Amino acid sequence: MLRGLSFAVDGGEYLEVTGPNGAGKTSLLRTLIGLVHAESGRITWNGRPILEDARAYHSQLAWLGHESPLKADLTAAENLAFGIGIRRRIDAVAVATALDEVGAQGFSDRPVRTLSAGQRRRVALAGVLLAGVPLWVLDEPATHLDADGQALVGRLVERQIVAGGIVVAAVHAPLPVVEAGTRRLGLSSK
Amino acid sequence: MDWTWFHRFGSPPHLYRLAGTLVPWFAWPAAILIAAGLYGGLVLAPPDYQQGDGFRIIYVHAPSAWLSLMAYTMMAVTAAIGLIWRMKAAHAVAASCAPVGAWFTVAALGTGMLWGKPMWGTYWAWDPRLTAELVLLFLYLGYIGLRSAIEDPQRADRASAVLAIVGVINVPIVRYSVEWWNSIHQAPSVMKFGKPSISWPMLTPLLIMFVGFTLLFAALVLVRVRAEILRRERQARWVTEMVTQ
Amino acid sequence: MSGAWQAARLVIERDLRLAFRNRAQLLHPLLFFAIVTTLFPLALSPEPSRLRDVAPGVLWVAALLASLLAIEFLFRDDAQDGTLEQYALSGQSLTWLLFAKTLSHWLLTGLPLALMSPVAAYGLGVAVEAVPGIIASITLGTIALSLLGAVTAGLTLGIRRGGAMLSLLTLPLAVPLLIFGAQATARAIAGEPVAGPMYLLAAFVVLGLTLAPLAAAAAVRISLE
Repeated sequence: MLRGLSFAVDGGEYLEVTGPNGAGKTSLLRTLIGLVHAESGRITWNGRPILEDARAYHSQLAWLGHESPLKADLTAAENLAFGIGIRRRIDAVAVATALDEVGAQGFSDRPVRTLSAGQRRRVALAGVLLAGVPLWVLDEPATHLDADGQALVGRLVERQIVAGGIVVAAVHAPLPVVEAGTRRLGLSSK
Repeated sequence: MDWTWFHRFGSPPHLYRLAGTLVPWFAWPAAILIAAGLYGGLVLAPPDYQQGDGFRIIYVHAPSAWLSLMAYTMMAVTAAIGLIWRMKAAHAVAASCAPVGAWFTVAALGTGMLWGKPMWGTYWAWDPRLTAELVLLFLYLGYIGLRSAIEDPQRADRASAVLAIVGVINVPIVRYSVEWWNSIHQAPSVMKFGKPSISWPMLTPLLIMFVGFTLLFAALVLVRVRAEILRRERQARWVTEMVTQ
Repeated sequence: MSGAWQAARLVIERDLRLAFRNRAQLLHPLLFFAIVTTLFPLALSPEPSRLRDVAPGVLWVAALLASLLAIEFLFRDDAQDGTLEQYALSGQSLTWLLFAKTLSHWLLTGLPLALMSPVAAYGLGVAVEAVPGIIASITLGTIALSLLGAVTAGLTLGIRRGGAMLSLLTLPLAVPLLIFGAQATARAIAGEPVAGPMYLLAAFVVLGLTLAPLAAAAAVRISLE
């Protein structure tokens, strides 16, 4: 499905993957994180093939898919405490801080079922922040978000790369990220 | 260790050609042996002192029952190879084993029931072996069903491989549990066959039939493997080249 | 490793909390079990001696079908909202997390069934002395079924109308379980020693504990590809 791809991303870089629907953006991201197995070729992290020690690799990355991985019957704060808690020890203060940073402080104790799609996306982004890992792989991070929310995603990405991390994101419209450190990868459906 | 033979074997065009070459080498001996075995079993062998001519159905029943298990085991082994080494050709072999094995299971069940009628006065008496065979048929149908329910062929291969492995672990447990169940509820009317009553003129055709049926199974699987590979690789260049030549 | 225990505890805690916010769903398998065991006396006869004869079979078939009903929901929600993906990418062992998930599933469906089975058994004319044997056998049986169901539920993820396929895959694999379990229950009801079939049932559970989480993790990974 995807052919002839070769690229490397360094610390402090943001790779923006663009392309029409069906070009394989999501497939590329899912291959990068090791959910989908590439038929040929290799993917390395710090010089080692990712599947050699998949668990070590996965503990270094945060993935945000199309769906926000939240339980409708739990509150935003509970969702994060459980969802991120399986990765590393976090406390209520860390959760509250992360929700603050995505502008979700007002609804952290409301069940997720009462939140709008955009509010849920913010909560999911707080989860990415909380993971505290060097590599973010985001599929349409700004989906359902208003202009203010899109600016927020841009700021979060910038902060991550300034701190030396890596962000790979598939997007429809370019994220408002300052050009330094941004690289673009355009996929075509042909 | 040199693994190139392994990967060469695993390449679809190579397996396609190899299977094509091998089919007659299995099919003809199978036909000859089955003809000889049937003649020996149905005509030459003496009638059984207890069951008369009714016992002759074992010449078809026993080899079918053996192959129903053999096919499942082979399906699980090739599926495991396909799963572990991501070898497409192995998955094609596993997929080809399933329907062939299921038909041998049906044959074993059908002949077993025909045998049961004069023996027990009914086609179905919950004989432990036939019951285990029936469960085996359900396992085959589950495998085939799962395979056809998943649209993406690679996911279908891999998911059905996990099922085949779980199934092959369970098959001996099912056999054992059904035997155990039967030993508790044993009806006194069920007859047991005395082992020493089988004589060489009876046994020889049976052995010939075993070999013949096994070769027949191999030939059928190889034919299906070829069809399976063509279906999977229909977009590949080597198939187009072969068809246009 | 404390991280793994912590993760398992959180997986279980989350499933329990979700279940208690959605209590109605917990009752469905129990209600199903109660209705099926009510149907048999209506279909056969209310005569206690006849009911006692069929009681082990009725209890086990009803428990099997009720568990099957519950297994369909084992991974479904987590697959739909992307939670399974997050589990697979958490850096923890997916086998271990799914084992924890299966355990919480059993706590929520299998254990209540086992605890309720004496009530159904009483309705079928079974003496009170048989209760410990019945609870023990259904407890072991539902553990094994949850483990087996984790594999088949993983395999049927993402299949449209996967429910029928799930039954087709699970029930033949559960045949030994049904035989050993119903026999253990029958002996308990007849007042005979239950150790033999109970050991066989326990062996099946041990086999399930060692292999099923691995197979379930493989199945879930395949569904995520």
